[in-house]
Amino acid sequence: MALPTKDLIDLEFLTAEEIMEILETAKPMKDVLKRKIKTVPALRGKTVATLFYENSTRTRLSFELAAKYLSAGTCNISSSASSVAKGESLQDTGRTLDAMGTDIIIIRHNMSGAPKLLGEAVNARVINAGDGTHAHPTQALLDLFTILERKGQIKGLTVTILGDILHSRVARSNIWGLTKLGAHVRVCGPPTLMPTEVEQMGAKVYYDIDEALEGSDVVNVLRIQLERQQKGLFPSIEEYAKCYAMTEERLKRAKSDLLVLHPGPMNRTIEIPTAVADSAQCTVEEQVTNGVACRMALLYLMSGGGQDE
Amino acid sequence: MNKILLKGGRVIDPSRGYDMVGDVLIDGGVIAAVAESIAAEDAEVIDVSKKIVAPGLIDIHCHLREPGFERKETIATGTMAAAAGGFTSVMAMPNTNPVADNPAAMHYVKNKGEQEGHVHVYPIGAITKGSQGKELAEMASMVEAGAVAFSDDGRPVENSRIMRLALEYSLIFDLPIIAHEEDLDLVDEGDMHEGYMSTVLGLRGIPRAAEETMIARDIILARQTKAHLHVAHVSTANGVEMIRKAKREGLNVTAEVTPHHLTLTDEAVKTYDTNTKVNPPLREQSDVEALIQGLKEGIIDCVATDHAPHTIEDKVIEFHFAANGISGFETALPLMWHYLVHSGKFTPMEMLRMMSTRPAEIMKLPGGTLQEGAPADIVVIDETLEKTVDGKSFYSKGKNTPYEGVSLKGWPVMTLVDGIVKMENGVVKE
Repeated sequence: MALPTKDLIDLEFLTAEEIMEILETAKPMKDVLKRKIKTVPALRGKTVATLFYENSTRTRLSFELAAKYLSAGTCNISSSASSVAKGESLQDTGRTLDAMGTDIIIIRHNMSGAPKLLGEAVNARVINAGDGTHAHPTQALLDLFTILERKGQIKGLTVTILGDILHSRVARSNIWGLTKLGAHVRVCGPPTLMPTEVEQMGAKVYYDIDEALEGSDVVNVLRIQLERQQKGLFPSIEEYAKCYAMTEERLKRAKSDLLVLHPGPMNRTIEIPTAVADSAQCTVEEQVTNGVACRMALLYLMSGGGQDE
Repeated sequence: MNKILLKGGRVIDPSRGYDMVGDVLIDGGVIAAVAESIAAEDAEVIDVSKKIVAPGLIDIHCHLREPGFERKETIATGTMAAAAGGFTSVMAMPNTNPVADNPAAMHYVKNKGEQEGHVHVYPIGAITKGSQGKELAEMASMVEAGAVAFSDDGRPVENSRIMRLALEYSLIFDLPIIAHEEDLDLVDEGDMHEGYMSTVLGLRGIPRAAEETMIARDIILARQTKAHLHVAHVSTANGVEMIRKAKREGLNVTAEVTPHHLTLTDEAVKTYDTNTKVNPPLREQSDVEALIQGLKEGIIDCVATDHAPHTIEDKVIEFHFAANGISGFETALPLMWHYLVHSGKFTPMEMLRMMSTRPAEIMKLPGGTLQEGAPADIVVIDETLEKTVDGKSFYSKGKNTPYEGVSLKGWPVMTLVDGIVKMENGVVKE
């Protein structure tokens, strides 16, 4: 497949067909993960660098293993060990990686728009591994893959994204991906954590969790960050949990086959109590596996895999 | 001093509603005569046929950055850019380093303007010491030293009591307090207008309320004090509405709008182009339309550039870290002509009033007129000239323009200051 652009910044810029091709490619990749010998030579001779300006063991490891399973050379640059402290610009860091022959740069940054800025400065292809509150396309891909695998299709499903929508790049990328693939998307959370005019993205806004969950086939529970309470965006963690936690009682009232997604790491004492987190309806561990498969698919496709050469 | 005869142009003088093809004679740095045909054999004749001859543009809001930020701009480079843009007088904001909050700083800017400037430079003094918003600066002493208005621009005067005192104190010398209207708590480190675009881009939004609550407060304080409040860079429809009501009530409130708020919306931020990052932020189409209507009705008194030059290093970085501001001198007139005059929304007379005569009136500056005896501050405009905006070719050190590559029709082709040609065909004379 030829992605329409050099870089993968968000699902916003992909068509439904392009998203489906990535998800289809992730299926055989998942089979690779189940083998005894987990490596395939698809990316032999290629170099993949992870450039992380924000801590994220999970996402970085997922990308790194995805690259390794495809036999790519990998290197990891994290903000603590990097030139950031020395005041080097993002573009200069990127150009240095370019000059050393990096094929793909995977960037995580706490500032929205940083991957685009990097992509414009380098020849290497750039994959956005999460930027600020903007986008997290590979998380959305693995969420889509998980729903597809469990439900067989995405078109026509009702999917509720629950929690801090305002600060969530996962929510934004999910909205783009889900609506492109024909799902009905609901977003639910306190009004103080709801982004302005999010309806225009194609999502229906709910402030009442029980209304949102009624008729939902999937709920994607977002992690609540404790600093949001400290900034006064809601009165207390207890009240947040009371109003917006995905509790066992709510699970019982919902459709019997409601799928519960969570991007992790989970707050078992707040948004997703243990009884729900450990239930058969919760896919959090599958999501982790699927994340590696989806990232393998993306790396493969962005390295020229699947194209006639 | 040589006599100059500007021959055969369309002479437009908004100060007396004059719009006729004719000649303008300049003698001794002042306008000697304006008539249908003037014979002056000893004068240098400049053919300006098919061009507009008008009072030089007056910008009441710009940042010349000197002293302290000479990497961004100096009084010399900033006034070259102003001359290139058809401006003959500019008012320099005091958010330099150190802040221009004392008489010596007024002298510095004024003297530097006289020695190195290419157009008239009028200093604006800070309202509060260091623009910290805590204690009034020595405003009366600054007036003696040349200050023409007061502002803590770049920052709001957050404390309502201090703002009230500043407005009251300004009654001594009857000069305007220029208010940068921004509730910093509501801004909350926002990067762009709060709306659909900020949601999609994941950039923190600045609600209209951040500006409007402060406009409301200051109008109420203007009513209380009867002082002259000038609202800088209005960006929202409701802001225009509040100023409309204040004027209808007879309050001494004036306002300005920038070329970028009249021509761009938050859609322009879509590519994370930091040249679109400006404070107040680019709003929505409904705001743009209200601003145009407000300007048309005279609710908003004038166009002011808020020329805010920055280095590449200040701008080509992550959006959140990028500096606010647009380098505006060299695109202001073409933008207004292209989008508002050629589209038929404004007559040339109306637009020139908003860029020259009216700003001179509200700030009590010389200029803005072609009356005989007035300083020969003149702009000549070629309405048919089409050029593409090229930041690299700016005289300003600030190449930060969101209009890069945009083709505009209607450019200044000559600027005269005190009867001396400072710019001809886009080239500023050293």
